[in-house]
Order: sequence, then structure tokens, then C-alpha cells
Amino acid sequence: MRKSLLALTAGLLLAGSLGAASAADKLKVGFVYVGPIGDLGWTYQHDLGRQALVKELGDKIETTYLENVPEGPDAERSIEQLVRAGNKLIFTTSFGYMDSTLKVAKKYPNVHFEHATGYKRNPNMSTYSAKWYQGRYIQGLIAAKMSKSGVLGYIGSFPIPEVVSGINATMLAAQTINPNIKVKIIWANTWFDPGKEADAAKALIDQGADVIMQHTDSPAAMQIAGERGKLAFGQDSEMIKFGPKTQLTSILDTWGPYYIERVKAELAGTWKSENTWGGLDSHMFAMAPYTNMPDDVKKMAEDAQAAITAGKLHPFKCPIVGQDGKPVECKGGDHLDDGQILGMNFYVKGIDDKLPGK
Amino acid sequence: MELVEAIILAVLAASTPLLIAATGELVTERSGVLNLGVEGMMIVGAACGFAGAWLTGSIFIGALFGMVAGALMSLIFALMALGLAVNQVATGLALTILGVGISGLIGAGFLGERITPAVHLYIPVLTDIPLIGRVLFGEDGFVYFSVALIVGVWWFLYRTRAGLILRACGDNHVSAHALGYPVLRIRTFAVMFGGACAGLAGAYLPLAYTPFFIPGMTAGRGWIALALVVFSSWRPGRLVVGAYLFGAVTILQLHAQGWGVGIPSQFMSALPYLATVLVLVLLSRARSGGSTAPAALGTVFVPDR
Repeated sequence: MRKSLLALTAGLLLAGSLGAASAADKLKVGFVYVGPIGDLGWTYQHDLGRQALVKELGDKIETTYLENVPEGPDAERSIEQLVRAGNKLIFTTSFGYMDSTLKVAKKYPNVHFEHATGYKRNPNMSTYSAKWYQGRYIQGLIAAKMSKSGVLGYIGSFPIPEVVSGINATMLAAQTINPNIKVKIIWANTWFDPGKEADAAKALIDQGADVIMQHTDSPAAMQIAGERGKLAFGQDSEMIKFGPKTQLTSILDTWGPYYIERVKAELAGTWKSENTWGGLDSHMFAMAPYTNMPDDVKKMAEDAQAAITAGKLHPFKCPIVGQDGKPVECKGGDHLDDGQILGMNFYVKGIDDKLPGK
Repeated sequence: MELVEAIILAVLAASTPLLIAATGELVTERSGVLNLGVEGMMIVGAACGFAGAWLTGSIFIGALFGMVAGALMSLIFALMALGLAVNQVATGLALTILGVGISGLIGAGFLGERITPAVHLYIPVLTDIPLIGRVLFGEDGFVYFSVALIVGVWWFLYRTRAGLILRACGDNHVSAHALGYPVLRIRTFAVMFGGACAGLAGAYLPLAYTPFFIPGMTAGRGWIALALVVFSSWRPGRLVVGAYLFGAVTILQLHAQGWGVGIPSQFMSALPYLATVLVLVLLSRARSGGSTAPAALGTVFVPDR
């Protein structure tokens, strides 16, 4: 009796594992999002990338996503939950997931992880990010051409290197058009608070700025600029709907090609831990159509985009002069090297403001 | 001069949702109920308000949707905390979490949509007066309503018999009950009034402030409204001062950054909260330790039958 029960159990287990095997024929890919997929910004774009992946490889893979996962201990639990559900490749899409991802990666060496915008890696954990400063440079050129008052308004989220390098790239570009261009910077101290972003845009416009740029996530600033008849740039996603007569262009996070490439590698068994920091040339981001500007400005922007894509133009071409008037050490030959840009903690000359914490 | 006017206008706009939500919560708390779910009711009000305005094309109907949605949310709270005498703090927190979820669900159908925001009043000549013209005669309907609301609440609480009874419930529900007043029914109405106000305050954001809906767009304003009620020591007059003070600090710190004033922006962002703590300390000292809160605030009441 006991033997037959064992045999039955074994049979059931076998049947169960067979069933699982047919489902496991499809590679399971997991995504962890920091916001809701409807945020129309950061998370929305990651989910568009996932949708592109499903469209391309839907017959071979199965995707799962968890949205609104707070950074911190909850993230670790969520990532581990995806592992237990059988996901073999997991994308964690916010900087704050860095340590949680690493911890889970060390615990499950047979699962592969991909962490966006971080710098910690493991043999089974890659990192990926985009050189958005290239897009900011193009925006700086456009802004300087389009500004009548010569004052740009910049809404920052937090004074971290990514945001600071964006401000510097903008100003370096703008100075090539108008050496006396000014920028007013307001730190919202949040990535997402539409009301506050709108207030910041109002304040910047009331103080004379006529082109608004933002490194926060909602379309609120775009709408305010539109209401006041000013111009603005979108952020992360296409925001033209919120400012048909306002948006000049927008830096679009296009994660789709990268996700497809990495999942193909996983399917082929050639996945390796890598550090991908791609720019316009590798399609890690794209520029929204250049709108609401004269043809010559549009042409200038397109030329700059082509030059950056071809590697002929580097936004941080030396000499770069800091606020103190001294040139910054040039570690990358004729431009700053990646490490200097990824850790940027100074303003360039021409920004009449103090970098918080400096 | 124009800059001063622009700043005052921005302050009024930023203060209005705080004032409306806090007014509702003040009435709720004066009846002895602590509803911490303001943020949740606000965000549901924002989602439903936007949905209403988008479907009907009318800001007014959108605002009504927001109020009804907030009141319905608060009814859940009333059922739990008053009907079943569940702990009010836990229920309120749960209501916030619930609200964030529900609003995302409702809002999912309206993502990326936009509406024409509430129109601003325009009276020829009057609105064109420099400095004060647009401040007094050029606001949207929500701003005027918020002022009428707080005046009405003051009149109700201190000049009517019903207001006196409501305050009695908040200060001593046993006595109010002994006198024959239906404590739970009165509190339910107070909770629903608070819910409707929170819903309206939430609806103000997508209907007038930033005319689109995004999950989480209230971004903590419900919690500020709760802090404001404490700041006001449960008095309508001080609530007005507090709401405009909070709004003013929010806007002025942004302008200070634009001017390049060398104070860390994080510190300026924290100023309203520091002010709340300071006011609490000053009040408790001035009253030599006595609390200004309604005596029965947050306590469960189960009538003996």
C-alpha cells in the first residue's frame, strides 16, 4: 500500500513536472517597476519596452511585471517572488533597486538579473542605462535659439550626477549659440508631484524664463508653459499631447531594442554580465520629432543629432571650464571620460547658481 | 509688481486644495472622529472628478463626482470605524491604501487624456485692477468656494445649535448620548462631510491645477491637510491662516531657488512642517499643558442600549 502510494505520488510529481516543463518551454521574463505603468513617464516607457519584447518574441517568452514596488526591503521580496515564480531573466528598473537586486542575484546564481541605471554588477547581474546627456545637449542648442529672454528655466529632481550632467550638457550647448545665456534652476526634491512641478514652472516663468526644461516626470510643467504661451521640453516620454504648441522635443526612453537583444541572448544561451551605457548610436533613447520651431533650428537640431550619433560631436568636449574658472581635468582624451560624467558633481562656468551640497 | 501678483495667485492656487480638505477633516475631528484616510479620499476624488469632467465635459459635474466619490469612500470608513467600532487609526490608514489602489483602477481608462481646466472669473475693469484685480476677481470657482466653505463651517460650528451638538459629540460622547443625541449618526454625517470635502479637494487638482489625471497625483497633500488641522488647533480661523501659510512657503521656496538664495531647498521644503511642530509647542505652552484637541477625538463609542 505504502509503495503504491509512493508510486502514485511520484507519478503525480512526474506529471506535474511534465506540465511545468511544457510551460517552462517559454522563457519567463520578469520586470519590477517603481511606479504605476500609467505614470506616462519612466515606468510607462519601461512597459512599452516590455510590450515591444512581447510583440517580437511573444511565442518564446512569457513576461510578468510588478508595478509600484517601493525601493527598499519590499523590492527584495518582490524580486525574490519573481525568482520563485520561475522567471529566469529579471529586469529591475529603478536606481534604488540596486542593492536589493544584488542581494537576490547572489542568492540565485542561476537566474540572470538586469538593473537599470545602477553601477553594481555580479556574474549574473548586468547594468544598463542611457546617455541622456546627449539629448540634453541637443535641447540646449534648441533652447538657446528659441529663447527670446535669454533665460532658461530648469526643473531638477535631485542634485544627483545624472541630473547635474544634464544641466551642464544643456548649458554647454546653449553657450555655443548665446554666450550670455542664463539658466534658473529649481529643485523640486521629488521625481513626481504634478502640483509642485506646475508651481516650479510658474515660478520660473514669472521670473523671466521662456523655455522650460525638466528632469521630473509629469507633463505638468509642459501644460503650464503652454498656458502661458512659452515653450518646453518633455521628459522620458512623448508629451506633445499635453502641449501641442509647446513641446519642442522630448527625450524618449526606448528600452524595447535593448530588452529584445538581451532576451535573445538569454534564449541563445549567450547572456553575459555586462555594463551597457548606450547613447543615440545604440538606440537606448530617441528624440521626439522636433516641433514648434523654425526650419533652420530644426535642421540645426537634426545635424547635431546626426553628429552625436556618428560620434563626431561629444557634448563634454574639452576644455570644460568649471564655475571656479579652472578647466576640468580631461580624462577621456579630447572629452571627459564616462566616469567623470557618471559622477559629475560640479556646474560648468556660466551657471549662476550653487550646486546643492557644494 | 507683476511678480508679486503672480506669486499671490500661485499661493492661492496651491493653498486651495489644502484648505478644502482640511476644512472637511476639521469638522470630522470636531465630532470626535480621527479619519487618517484624507489622502486616499482625495486621490479617489481626483480620479472620479477627472472621469466626470471628461465624460460630461463639465467641470461642475466633475467636481460633484469628486465630492460624491469622497463621501462614498468615507462611508466605508464610517461603517468600519463607527458601525463596527474598529480602531480609527488603522481604518483610516487602510482607507488611504485602498484609495490609492481604486484611483489607479478608475484612472487607468483616462490616462493621457486632457480636459479644459476650470475657467477663471473675468469681470471687465475689476479684474484688470493692478495687483489685486486678478487676486480678488480673477480666480476659478474652487478658490471662492473654499473661502465660502470655511466661513460656512465657522458659522455652523459656533453660531448654530447643530454645530454645538456636533462639538459636544467630539468633546464628550457619553454626555451627548445621555442627552439623547444620536452620536453615531451625527458622526457619520461629519465623516461624510469630511469625505466630500477631501474628494472635492482631490478633484481640484485634475480639474483646475494640472488638467490631467495621473495615479498618485495628490502626492501627500492629504497628509498636509491632516497636519493643518492640528496646526489650527481645531479652529477654522487659524486653519485659514495655516493653509495660506503652507501654500506661501511652498511657492516662496521655489522662487527663492530661482533667485539663487543660498538656503538649501530641502530645508525650505521642510519649513511648513517645522512650523507645525513650533505651533504645537507654543500652543501647549500657552495653555500650560492643556490639549486643544476635541476630548473624545479618536476614541471608540459604542452606545449602551
